[in-house]
Amino acid sequence: MEPILEVEDLRVYYKSIWGDYRSVDGASLKAYRNEVLSIAGESGCGKSTLVEGVLRLVKPPGYIPTGRVVFEGTDILKIPEEDLRRIRWTKLAYVPQGAMNSLNPVVKVEEQAIDAIIDHSSMDEEKARELAFSMFKEVGLRAEVGGMYPHQLSGGMKQRVIIATAIALKPSLVIADEPTTALDVVVQRGILQLFRMLKEKYHMTVIMVSHDMAAHAQIADRIAIMYAGKIAEVGSIHSIFEEPLHPYTKGLISAIPSIGKRYVKGIPGLAPSPLNWPPGCRFHPRCQHATALCAKVDPPMKEIGSERFVACHLYG
Amino acid sequence: MDQSLLELRNVSREFRIGGGLGLLSRKIIKAIDAVSFSMPDKPWITALIGESGSGKTTIARMILGLLEPTSGEILYKGKNVNEWIKRNKIEYLKEVQPIFQDPYSIYNPFYKIDRVLEIIIKKFKLASGRDETRDLIVKAMEDIGLRPEDLLGRYPHQLSGGERQRFMLTRILLIRPKLIVADEPISMIDVSLRAIFLEHLLSFKEKHSISCLYISHDLHTASYLADNIVILCYGRVVEDGPKDQIIENPLHPYTKLLISSIPVPDPKVRWAERIDLTSIESIKKFRAEKGCVFSGRCPNATENCLSETPQLKNIGSNRRVACHLY
Repeated sequence: MEPILEVEDLRVYYKSIWGDYRSVDGASLKAYRNEVLSIAGESGCGKSTLVEGVLRLVKPPGYIPTGRVVFEGTDILKIPEEDLRRIRWTKLAYVPQGAMNSLNPVVKVEEQAIDAIIDHSSMDEEKARELAFSMFKEVGLRAEVGGMYPHQLSGGMKQRVIIATAIALKPSLVIADEPTTALDVVVQRGILQLFRMLKEKYHMTVIMVSHDMAAHAQIADRIAIMYAGKIAEVGSIHSIFEEPLHPYTKGLISAIPSIGKRYVKGIPGLAPSPLNWPPGCRFHPRCQHATALCAKVDPPMKEIGSERFVACHLYG
Repeated sequence: MDQSLLELRNVSREFRIGGGLGLLSRKIIKAIDAVSFSMPDKPWITALIGESGSGKTTIARMILGLLEPTSGEILYKGKNVNEWIKRNKIEYLKEVQPIFQDPYSIYNPFYKIDRVLEIIIKKFKLASGRDETRDLIVKAMEDIGLRPEDLLGRYPHQLSGGERQRFMLTRILLIRPKLIVADEPISMIDVSLRAIFLEHLLSFKEKHSISCLYISHDLHTASYLADNIVILCYGRVVEDGPKDQIIENPLHPYTKLLISSIPVPDPKVRWAERIDLTSIESIKKFRAEKGCVFSGRCPNATENCLSETPQLKNIGSNRRVACHLY
């Protein structure tokens, strides 16, 4: 399998008067062509910051001290801003968290989609209009929706306008951050299936960031579990759900309440602060299996079986 | 019939929107339309399930006396809630307590969190003197699994969302009400802490006989917690009944759609078919003027559904559904 995106030891820090907030602190990850890769984790674990780092969207006081992000052979963090601009939208699309609230309230939604298309391609207005129209149709928006203003649309419709615009130029990689948060279940299902369709019909790679393990279970091929600024475990969605290895992943899976499940169990303790991560394995203060080694040495990522990686002293 | 703990009888609530200069342009929206359901007077959890805009929060606010119904009445232990509150608000709030969705906005940022508990101890006269107050607080916090030495004396911004929400549970444990009205209590806390929060609600019921009206959009947690489930669609109850019956054998097309759309947290059990994106949302956000509220989205809708509003009918024991199919 050929990776489309390689992230190596990425760090994203935020300067503050108390010191650096090390939100993403040594994350490594690969995304392959034509897959849906999920990034899961709880709030504050650095999922969104990781994505911003990958897209080079980190703004001061944030900075990227080290790391390499290679997208289709290009090192995103090194190329000039102008080259990066050419890649965005055309090859690399991003649906940020809460994007549906970023639509301009006084412009019809189809005009906003057309503007974005013209801005990032060499298309004339007529072609762009045609394309926007067909993309709206693709995401299940009726023709009359294009002529409406954002306040006339529901959350799920606005989200689909954003997705239609993001994928209009057929990028090879789409990164979506919490795309279904705050949407109703039926709409959530529609949006999730839409992302799955991007892979199946257009052979795009989709990276979806979400805290919702059930959403991941429905559409992902592989899943990366993030904890305290690093990736704790990566593997196929089936292998992770069937046999979670990292104690944090185990806890996360047993904490999901679902229909027919008679017992759910939380993870005791609290997530650590990015201002001072615990020494050694960052999960050790909450881990039942922690040993003296765990408190001292941060476990490296080890390959356990095919395409299965875990950062835990219990394995390897 | 036994007396209910809580009963809503044909409760409706209208809101006026728009307006501005010309009163004529005002529109009336029925947020809640003839809602009836009840909770038995025994330790019990009812889940009230609906999508956004279905009127869940309006119902919670009416039960807590923050809003008055436009018509119909809400009875608590057989007595009208609004009259009770006018007569003796403290007495009513000793019985019925809220847990709100947002654990951030309920604290006054200028005061230490202790004050939240001190105030209620004073108001409800739970303790005399400082030492007794302190002991009560420490005991209640320990019961919830919070460390008093870490949290007391701190300000709200120094606590995480999960800690704040659990601190609210301490409050419940001090007051020991008969009924908690919990409006989306876990939507803002992390997955790993949600489970702990739900366990507390269950133990309140089992150990302290505190009932709960659990208001949520999430059928997963509802099916885990609740004894029975009430399904709300655009301000009307479309179906209710015992939890297992609703989950395993939903009758109303809306309930069926909801249940089939919940993502199962298991990659082996994926959705069989793609949902038709054009039909999942209607452009007119509010329900049809006439007929069944779900008729605009219902795959089984007939002429009759567009013209006549189906009433809740008893189907078997404790099971009701509002649909012309039955």
